[in-house]
Amino acid sequence: MAATKPIPTLRGEEKVYFEEAKNGRLVYQLCRDCAQRIFYPRTVCTNCMSENLEYVASAGKGTIYSFTTLHVPGHPEFADDVPYTVVLVDLEEGVRVLADLVDCDPDDVKVGMSVEVLFEAVTEDFTVPRFRPSAQ
Amino acid sequence: MRSVASGVVGVGYTDISPNSGRSTLQLATEAAQAALADAGMTAADVDGLVTYHLDDSDPALGLAQSLGLDDPGVMVDWSDGGGNLACGVVGLADAAIRAGMAHTVIVYRSLNGRSGRRLGGMGQGVDTTGVRQFMTPAGWTTYPEMIAMWARRHMEVYGTTPEHLGTIAVKSRAHAKDNPRAQKREPITLDDYFASPLICDPFRLYDICLESDGACAVVVTAMDRARDTAKPPVGVLAAAHGGTGSGPGADLADVLGMGDLARNFGYAVRDRLYGMAGVTAADLDFAEIYDCFTASVILQLEGFGIVGPGEAGPYVAGDDTFSLGSKLPINTHGGLLSEGYLHGLNHVTEAVLQLRGECGPRQVPDAELALVTAGAMATGSALVLGRV
Repeated sequence: MAATKPIPTLRGEEKVYFEEAKNGRLVYQLCRDCAQRIFYPRTVCTNCMSENLEYVASAGKGTIYSFTTLHVPGHPEFADDVPYTVVLVDLEEGVRVLADLVDCDPDDVKVGMSVEVLFEAVTEDFTVPRFRPSAQ
Repeated sequence: MRSVASGVVGVGYTDISPNSGRSTLQLATEAAQAALADAGMTAADVDGLVTYHLDDSDPALGLAQSLGLDDPGVMVDWSDGGGNLACGVVGLADAAIRAGMAHTVIVYRSLNGRSGRRLGGMGQGVDTTGVRQFMTPAGWTTYPEMIAMWARRHMEVYGTTPEHLGTIAVKSRAHAKDNPRAQKREPITLDDYFASPLICDPFRLYDICLESDGACAVVVTAMDRARDTAKPPVGVLAAAHGGTGSGPGADLADVLGMGDLARNFGYAVRDRLYGMAGVTAADLDFAEIYDCFTASVILQLEGFGIVGPGEAGPYVAGDDTFSLGSKLPINTHGGLLSEGYLHGLNHVTEAVLQLRGECGPRQVPDAELALVTAGAMATGSALVLGRV
């Protein structure tokens, strides 16, 4: 039995992101001044330093930019999960996010594969976005 | 091209092992004393200390007290100090000497990286700050996962193969055969490489460096003093540190820090580095390339202009490349892959020993000019060292 999954302390930018995930929304930030799309959430724009950022919900569809499958857990808390695959996903809205990939044999994962988001409750209060191969 | 202000005049190591049986302060002290002895100096000559770490070592203040230093002018713990800083710390010592803040600086790294606090995840609390707040809950906790993303992109874009990665492990191990410091000295073959277990693909066990206990240190002093020390000085011809971040909030582990993961920090610092030294990649006699993972060598060979984009895989697999006796021997001590992970500062120490001609059967003939690099992802540092 693996230890309890690590859960960040939700204080700032990350709080909005994970609370939206609990509501079934994958959000990124859009800079109202320069239109930069930003993931992960910050307090200032990565392009123009503006603090005029809004959270936008993604349609949750994209393609795999890169991936790796872990055969040895990086941390004991994930010991029951190996092998599992973590992915960088380029969303259709033009922002790159990171997550893990489920419902896919590690041998079938490919760069460029179409994926879609789903949400999984780790605890009653904490939900993570994950990806799976797209339905079509 | 700039004038040479400082030289490395002493090198010191402890043993490198999976279990040192002593504290990081003890290791730091031993390495510093060995480096001073090598230089023919004593602690009374030292007025600066520079180190880097990830909260896995003692602060420079600890070594200052251990050596009995009286009021050192420079005492730096460069934090968020992964291997990206292993050359930057020597550059910082050179800068402090240029600025008149110090005259003689010990640069060191000490860690119990296997028996004590291991980098990344296993056996310690999960770090959940910055980008890690988003990575950790998804099961990304250690560096292999992060750097595998770069390796995968390079394979996808340029056709780099597992055989190319394996060749780096095999050729590095061949160098370690003649290095008494190295932890792994038995030769391996590509078959051995492919028989080693997958850790996180494309990385197998032999793609990943050896977590290690130990310390190493160099003494850097102003050129006016360097001419009078016990060993010939090795000039700090150039030092550069930098790279591409993803803007506010990025940290060392930020795999989102670059748009194109088929490239890493080398592209960002090389022109500054070579320009400062007045050299080109073609002038180098050998190179010590940061090899926390095999793939980081591939990306840096391209980033530092030793080969063009996409050419590093076929290059390392060539019949007359990488190895001792080739035009550009690489990782002459076996690298972090086979000597051990003293977090990259042991690339600097090996380069100094090569430039002094002290490497015995693994000596690069007529070694006069070396590239040393540090880092694998979006940020890093590098040195050009040479005989002066």
